[in-house]
Amino acid sequence: MTEPLIYDLSSPGRKGVSLPAVDVPETALPEGLVRKELPLPEVAENDVVRHFMRLSQLNYSVDTGFYPLGSCTMKYNPKVNEDMARLPGFALTHPLQDPDTAQGNLALMYALQDWLMEIGGFAAVSLQPAAGAHGELTGILIIRAYHQDRGDKERKKILIPDSAHGTNPASTTMSGMDVIEIPSDARGNIDLDELKKHCDERVAGLMLTNPNTLGLFEENVQEVIGLVHGCGGLIYGDGANMNALLGVVRPGDLGIDVLHYNLHKTFSTPHGGGGPGSGPVGVAEKLVDFLPDPVVGIVDEGDEDKPPLYGFITPVKSIGRVKAFHGHFGVILRAYTYMRMLGKSGLRAVSDYAVLNANYLLAKLRDTYKVPFDRICMHEFVAEGQWDDAPDIHALDIAKRLMDYGFHPPTNYFPLIVPEALMIEPTETESKESLDAFIEAMLAIAKEAREDPDILKSAPHKTLFGRMDEVKAARQLVLCCRPLYLDKPDNK
Amino acid sequence: MTYIPHTDKDRQEMLAVVGVDGLDDLYEAIPENVRFPDLNLPDPISEMEVTQELQALSEANLEVFHTSCFLGAGAYNHFIPSVVDHTLRRNEFYTAYTPYQPEISQGTLQAIFEYQSLMVQLTGMDVSNASHYDGATALAEAVILALNHHRGKRNKIVISPAIHPHYRQVVRTYTQGMGLTIAGDEKYETEPKDLVKMLDEDTALVAVQYPDFFGNITDLSALGEAAHASGALFCVVVNPLALGMLVPPGDFGADIVVGDGQPLGISLSYGGPTVGIFTTKDKYVRKMAGRLVGETVDNRGQRGYVLTLTPREQHIRRDKATSNICTNQGLMALASAVYLSVMGKQGLRKVAELCYHKAHYTAERIDALKGFTLWNTHPFFHEFVVKCPRPVAEINERLLEWDILGGYDLGQEYPDLKDHMLIAVTEVIAKAEIDDLVAALEEVSND
Ligand SMILES: Cc1ncc(COP(=O)(O)O)c(C=O)c1O
Repeated sequence: MTEPLIYDLSSPGRKGVSLPAVDVPETALPEGLVRKELPLPEVAENDVVRHFMRLSQLNYSVDTGFYPLGSCTMKYNPKVNEDMARLPGFALTHPLQDPDTAQGNLALMYALQDWLMEIGGFAAVSLQPAAGAHGELTGILIIRAYHQDRGDKERKKILIPDSAHGTNPASTTMSGMDVIEIPSDARGNIDLDELKKHCDERVAGLMLTNPNTLGLFEENVQEVIGLVHGCGGLIYGDGANMNALLGVVRPGDLGIDVLHYNLHKTFSTPHGGGGPGSGPVGVAEKLVDFLPDPVVGIVDEGDEDKPPLYGFITPVKSIGRVKAFHGHFGVILRAYTYMRMLGKSGLRAVSDYAVLNANYLLAKLRDTYKVPFDRICMHEFVAEGQWDDAPDIHALDIAKRLMDYGFHPPTNYFPLIVPEALMIEPTETESKESLDAFIEAMLAIAKEAREDPDILKSAPHKTLFGRMDEVKAARQLVLCCRPLYLDKPDNK
Repeated sequence: MTYIPHTDKDRQEMLAVVGVDGLDDLYEAIPENVRFPDLNLPDPISEMEVTQELQALSEANLEVFHTSCFLGAGAYNHFIPSVVDHTLRRNEFYTAYTPYQPEISQGTLQAIFEYQSLMVQLTGMDVSNASHYDGATALAEAVILALNHHRGKRNKIVISPAIHPHYRQVVRTYTQGMGLTIAGDEKYETEPKDLVKMLDEDTALVAVQYPDFFGNITDLSALGEAAHASGALFCVVVNPLALGMLVPPGDFGADIVVGDGQPLGISLSYGGPTVGIFTTKDKYVRKMAGRLVGETVDNRGQRGYVLTLTPREQHIRRDKATSNICTNQGLMALASAVYLSVMGKQGLRKVAELCYHKAHYTAERIDALKGFTLWNTHPFFHEFVVKCPRPVAEINERLLEWDILGGYDLGQEYPDLKDHMLIAVTEVIAKAEIDDLVAALEEVSND
């Protein structure tokens, strides 16, 4: 099933586009600055279409089938979002044109800021960050700037539960602050006694994922927030799991000071094979002045005859720009389309059915798969992919075998606090039939694990590709269409 | 419209399996005092209504199809062949996620591998990652790579004032907690040769833009040599489309090349999403941020692709990772790969030359107008600066009456360049539109 590389389809002299002739007098090209070789492929348009079409057919996607990848909220992506993002009046606007001539864009961004504020319980929102991790960096820099501004310069510790996503500690390091890991307790919550040991005048903040990465609402949330606030720290909320909370509880009401949303999870914008995403950040009143530059505001209120005039505003103590231009407008636009359609009742229904679907799966699977922290879950849960009576089987084998049954596997090996983790997030857009089919496959695999473990160990069988040699990929690096010699003498 | 398929019967059956009476009962872990807030949000509307609303909102904008766009400054209006968007619209590409499961993600993986290859060839470097958020954040990550390369022993970077102002601002934002000295961009007129003098034993990286923010193309090899002599890494911010005709930075000693891939088949979309390009030398591959796709074989002997060198990344290395990046710009990288494939060797060169000739014709015509002077003294690519007889904002307002989107007002970011306009001319601009611009400028300067 190997598809040739685009370079392999190339033939000297072949063209893929026709371009207009030069209609102005020509100017001599700058001497000494023009390249001699341009090693790009030479292919026809039809070659390009077939090549990428065939590549697409090697992918599994949400539009192919059930994709319960925990923590990623792989819900259905409405097709109308795609059409709206391509309306010429949006897609053909230039980021630096006078904001007075882009009032449609600004009105839309302003409304989305407003809705996100309302859903999160925040005083202001920035749409600038490009993804969740980028929102984390933005938020941690905001926390840093807040303490600096108050002359509180010794606060360098960011407390992070051991169940947190890897981006939390990585973002903290990038901000120049120190990561202190806090263990979880026997119920999967932040261990309060451990937390107390670290709460002192050097704490800048704590990063809280709630529901946490086990899919559980932190039972101690108010104590945790109270302890951190009590020692002068702020709370960063990782909003990756907002799909469970729409209209259910506002993070701001819980005392979270700054939080990122993932428009590419909660608000249905597609994941694009790895991106683009969008990670807006919401903040409490005391952090509004530190938001990244710029935010959309109303510069002239208008009146009965005149609509309000929107413009870009630089917050007075802004941490600065986190990105060129104004954030991922095309993604923002898709999220707007979705939220506008769903409205207040629809958004609440999203969380209700996301939580119902997860609990239904949990109820049907808990007798077969060990669920280490077993109580009513939120939008996802974590099971163990191992059994004492099937000693050779790992979560990875179950994941690979699921492909033979036509499913995308759950997230494996995250969170790190559960051995052989299988993190299952169905989302609200899956029907009972699709959940039942998945349950059936999971039960069948559990049986196979005892009766015919080899079929799991050697899975997948029915996919176009089998297990990949990852060790070879890392040892003999080939990262582009020519061999890469890491020890080439002139590269030392 | 909610996209929730459950019937009443489904809900009842599922609640019974879970063992609760109603949906509200699923939330008992949530403190009661804050549970179920009454949100002030609009009521739902249908798909039909949303398309009408958004159509109306989109029409409140001025867009570049119905105007002649001479505005660039980091975002450019280029022709995009139809095949690009047709590919992006393949559901299997845009509704998949990060290819963590290679057996069922070969489409994404091979496409990224091809993107990496195309970027390597275009920039003349050894390796490319699978993308950054944009050109600005790619530059910030280049700075971090350089600091890590020097293991914290060098605490200064030198950056040219002719790097996009937003990019320089993002570098400052990213590094504000690192105790870094940033020098070089204090005065707008500082040239690459002047940067040489600022390099010292504390300099971790020197960065310039090519073509620079004012459109200039200069020979950067002397700066590259000076950087290496001082032990600093040499980073070049590129417009990838210009590399269709210009000597690639790999040929004059760049250690890192970054840039924004927007000119390569990505619509303006008010500035995002685009794709951040990042290519470097083999020897820095393990310090590089972001995902990497490598070639391997499967257990049936077929060639295949996987994410590799993952121990650099946040999901494995956590606080010791080279970067926090997780979600990247996969689909936009795909757009660039399709664009470069269909443009090919001849097409990309031709687009670059069309831009070059049209920009030079425009510059020459404007320079001949009374009151306007061409400011650039170096060769330029498709963007140039003119000194205007009146404030740029005033001129641009008048140009709108001619359906012309005027150039960028440099005074906004460079106070000394008040009344200087940065004008971009791409292949989509016809000679007649250039002649219109010239006529409009002449009229505007006369009243
Ligand atoms: C819990 C959690 N936090 C943060 C992130 C990072 O978000 P992004 O990938 O958008 O940068 C993720 C992404 O998968 C996540 O699951």
